[in-house]
Amino acid sequence: MRAMVLVAGAVFRESVRDRVPYSMVMFAILLMAASYAISQLTAGQDMKIIKDLGLASMSVFGMLIAVFLGIGLVSKEVERKSIFALLAKPVTRTQFVLGKYLGLVATLVINLAVMTLAFYAVLAFMDLTAGPEKLVWPAPALDPRLLIAILLIIAEVAVVTAVALFFSTFSSPLLSALLTLGLWTAGHFGSDLRNFGTVVDSAPMIAIARVLYYVLPNLAPFDVKAEVVHGFPVAARHVAYTLAYGGLYAGVLLTAAVAIFRRRDFK
Amino acid sequence: MPAAIETQELTKDFLVGFWRPRPYRALDGLTLSIEAGEVFGFLGPNGAGKSTTLKLLLQLIYPTNGTARILGKPAGEVEVRRRIGYLPENPYFYDDLTAEEVLSYFASLFGLRGADVARRVSTVLDDVGIAAERRMRLRGFSKGMLQRVGLAQAILNEPDVLFLDEPMSGLDPIGRRQVRDLILSLRQRGCTVFFSSHILPDAEALCSRVAIVVQGRLVANGAVSEIAEFQLTGWELVAADVNESLRSSIAGRARKVTSIGAGRFVIDLPPEVGPDRVLAELAAGGAHIVSLNPHRETLEDYFIRQVSAAAPRQTGID
Repeated sequence: MRAMVLVAGAVFRESVRDRVPYSMVMFAILLMAASYAISQLTAGQDMKIIKDLGLASMSVFGMLIAVFLGIGLVSKEVERKSIFALLAKPVTRTQFVLGKYLGLVATLVINLAVMTLAFYAVLAFMDLTAGPEKLVWPAPALDPRLLIAILLIIAEVAVVTAVALFFSTFSSPLLSALLTLGLWTAGHFGSDLRNFGTVVDSAPMIAIARVLYYVLPNLAPFDVKAEVVHGFPVAARHVAYTLAYGGLYAGVLLTAAVAIFRRRDFK
Repeated sequence: MPAAIETQELTKDFLVGFWRPRPYRALDGLTLSIEAGEVFGFLGPNGAGKSTTLKLLLQLIYPTNGTARILGKPAGEVEVRRRIGYLPENPYFYDDLTAEEVLSYFASLFGLRGADVARRVSTVLDDVGIAAERRMRLRGFSKGMLQRVGLAQAILNEPDVLFLDEPMSGLDPIGRRQVRDLILSLRQRGCTVFFSSHILPDAEALCSRVAIVVQGRLVANGAVSEIAEFQLTGWELVAADVNESLRSSIAGRARKVTSIGAGRFVIDLPPEVGPDRVLAELAAGGAHIVSLNPHRETLEDYFIRQVSAAAPRQTGID
């Protein structure tokens, strides 16, 4: 357990010195700040636009950080051969893979926490400077339900990290990035795969779509932006089921990643 | 007491080719036994299977056949790894971490904590001569400096068995001397050192025993002294006050007799002619012996002979 935490700590230390997450966090914060300017042009819709853009920025940039750091987590160590010295230490390959995952998830949580603070700062500024238009806002500016959406964004990013790490254990960084981005995109169209039978008659195609629906990650339930932005409640059961699904999916991928990694030869 | 390192018929095949992968035998039935406290040189030309052997011993790759044991236990066990050190060939670490951070990370993996980590890291940084660069990120390190970081991480845990893959690679003469001294001090401490190298004079100076591997096969294995003794190539005798009758008497048994002036001669004797009778004859004839030196094949001569004698490598396995 200690070895796994130490590996995670090293990933965290190296990631916080990487320029990629910094630039992405900065870009996300700039986008949130820009959303304030955009909102000034849309009477009555200002708060919705800020919240929508803020949460979307966190989701997209969190995913991009997960992909760009996740794909190199294992493959970079193998390519640069830094793995040789590390695996000669008292660390099992399982501890290595899980430590890498935990280290990156910790980095992502910190990055998303920084984005959350920036997001709430923009919302607080909006709240302080707003006039009577406050009355038509569907939900208060500093609505705590936003945190539910952010929690699910973190869970989604944790699943995407597991996907990137899984591909990283056996393929090149470029291929891993393409496959992960492909799965992320497909993951947001899970309901279309489930309902494929309503638009196609071919039984084999329907069967393939059904298999893909169960195999590919279903990321649509992690997206509750619309409900939160419009001030609708998000059911506790939905949050619990989605978190459980994310945990299970990431768990299966990590188990597969460990199984592949344990058998690999490092030439 | 079990051998420090033991392999039985250790074999490794790699698949080569993309469309129709075929097995390629990188190591073929290696059987070795290295006692505790030995400094063992593992020699061979490029592609002979040296790094493959080291990786098998560290379980960075898995054998196709055969077994490897270190300190009496199967290679690769976590308990074994607590007691070994490993310097990979051309070591590479984390660009964005400093030498001190990398070493602290590895020291913690060996179970050291708090002040013990800092103390041990300082000691090894001093040992390998990069204490002044401890807070520099590795991104700015030269190849030689990275090699020193590699050495430092390999001795962090005061290992019982140390594996060094081309330890002199990238080092300047001072660095090479430091590594030689380090290996000798580790030997004094009782550490078993297994190192692969191309630099044969280093192996000759440091190793109690060497093995030569060519095309994945072990072609020689023994004490350096045995190999050198076996390969005696002749004697060089320098004598003064040698008169003409003595010279012509000895010339029949010598490969060559060369005058170096003032009645002095260099007499080149073949190995089958022992120097004792010639010395006695010279003394009886009134000559004086200036020097007598055996000519022995160096490890390098022996190595080149073994490598040249090996059959061309097969590209695949039937």
